[in-house]
Amino acid sequence: MSTHGLEPKVVAPDEALPSPVRPAFDSPSTEDGVIVSIGPSHPATHGTLQIIAELSGERLVRTDVHCGYLHRGFEKECEAHTWHTLIPYVDRLNYCSALINDFAYCDAVETLMGVEITPRTRYLRTLLSEYSRVVDHITCIAAAVMEMGAMTAFLYLMTIRDYMYEHLADLTGARVTHSYGRIGGLAHDLPAGWIERLEQILDEYEVYVGRVHGLLDRNRIFIDRSRDVGVLSTADAIHWGFTGPILRSTGVPRDLRKDTPYLAYAELDFEVPVGIKGDNYDRYYVRMREMDESVYMIRQLIELLPEGPINVDDRRCSFPEKPLVYSEIESLINHFKLVMDGPQVPPGEIYLAHEAANGELGFYLVSDGSGTPWKVHVRAPSFVHMGGLHRMLEGYQLADMVATFGTINMIGGECDR
Amino acid sequence: MSGAEKLEALREKLVADGLEANFAHGLLAVALPREDVLAIATRLKDEFGFDLFLDVTAVDWPERKPRFDVVYHFYSTRDHVRVRLKTTVSEEEPVVDSLVSLFGSAGFMERECHEMYGIKFHGNPDLRPILLYEGFEGHPLRKDYPKEREQPLVRYRT
Repeated sequence: MSTHGLEPKVVAPDEALPSPVRPAFDSPSTEDGVIVSIGPSHPATHGTLQIIAELSGERLVRTDVHCGYLHRGFEKECEAHTWHTLIPYVDRLNYCSALINDFAYCDAVETLMGVEITPRTRYLRTLLSEYSRVVDHITCIAAAVMEMGAMTAFLYLMTIRDYMYEHLADLTGARVTHSYGRIGGLAHDLPAGWIERLEQILDEYEVYVGRVHGLLDRNRIFIDRSRDVGVLSTADAIHWGFTGPILRSTGVPRDLRKDTPYLAYAELDFEVPVGIKGDNYDRYYVRMREMDESVYMIRQLIELLPEGPINVDDRRCSFPEKPLVYSEIESLINHFKLVMDGPQVPPGEIYLAHEAANGELGFYLVSDGSGTPWKVHVRAPSFVHMGGLHRMLEGYQLADMVATFGTINMIGGECDR
Repeated sequence: MSGAEKLEALREKLVADGLEANFAHGLLAVALPREDVLAIATRLKDEFGFDLFLDVTAVDWPERKPRFDVVYHFYSTRDHVRVRLKTTVSEEEPVVDSLVSLFGSAGFMERECHEMYGIKFHGNPDLRPILLYEGFEGHPLRKDYPKEREQPLVRYRT
């Protein structure tokens, strides 16, 4: 591979490997203070995150959060792909709810192109976004309560999540990274029997999540571990850029699905659950209630889902029918141009945000009029949340760090990009 | 007054101050000189209720002078509307005022913009690398940084 005249630095065999981070502090501020480095590879930090903490006994005095261990140059890589072929990268941002990333990105490109998606795709995207939100919240709650010792709840939730992953694999061919969105539509329509299985899974969801409610909601041990731990006020949450369930757990019903409705949300009946004081228990409970609302929305969407085409009839972004590609020259050229050059997006810029499972997921796209993006920037909720994480850790016990970090649901893929 | 009407009122005020403000894909896009960023952001927060700082990033136009756009996005949790501020800085002096005095969330995002584009945020005391690592050379999202360039910190397995 060309190194552009710059040979990679080689670390000599006997040389100590340099630390990738520079701590914000290296001497304790209190008399009995001890500085410890937690992570990046530590059982308590699911996701590669490093926290350099000053401890006074078991109490966290100061914390310095370092992310970036999963950085893979997402934004740089996107500039070397067409608008279409970067969709698999978009999937790998929040890998717990990849479909929401897909649809937010496609929505941004479509708005920039002036493409209006078909009604069936609009409802299907809404349905799948809500389905992904359930999966994402299940993952978060399962991991968070397991770290507090609730192994049974973890297994119940993982069981239902696996039904959902298998079900999504039936639809998209992949359990986690679906790559199902397309500019102007979706990869393909629902397979036969998919909706019937969906209804079965939603019924099973209610059984399993009902058991988790029974195990945890009024459980003395769980409440003692999570009430009044990692408390965040609304003013603090907004100051530090928190969005999504974390902001709602502080007591404000701020939800893009209600405030600036997109896709089919304006036609749906749903509530925005909020917490009381923004502690770990509230974040758990807000997510549990949001899953119920999502399931309620999915049931409405099953009724509303219209028949019709999946992809828009627009040759700037949609591929022509395969038989036409083989039989007429215009469609062949069309297919070739879409593959080789990518969809031609008019020059301009756009910021478009969807309410992802973790908060406001914004795409800032800049096009120079070609088939390759000039810039793809992601406003990833997890990254912004890490900037305010220290507010929820400092002053609490070291063991609470594990629980608090679990209820934040930091996703390394979108945080580090 | 609806969100769109408030945004229109804001647009008229900013245009009266001699700034360029237009609607673009559902938000108000304001172009302004870099000296005004902090003052306008303060007004947005205090007078118009744009309390949630969403994002800051830069766009590199290597052929253009000045070379970089610095782009900010704000959201009003009261009116549910967004504003974009866009300013330009040159390659020789890529400096803008930091917004950390207004928004805590600006800290991490300015660190990212600083390492990726080399934009310096005057007033931000902590511009250590955040997604990259100490000692990383260059600014990878600049267009002249080759995608293939490698700067490993560890020994490659052979």
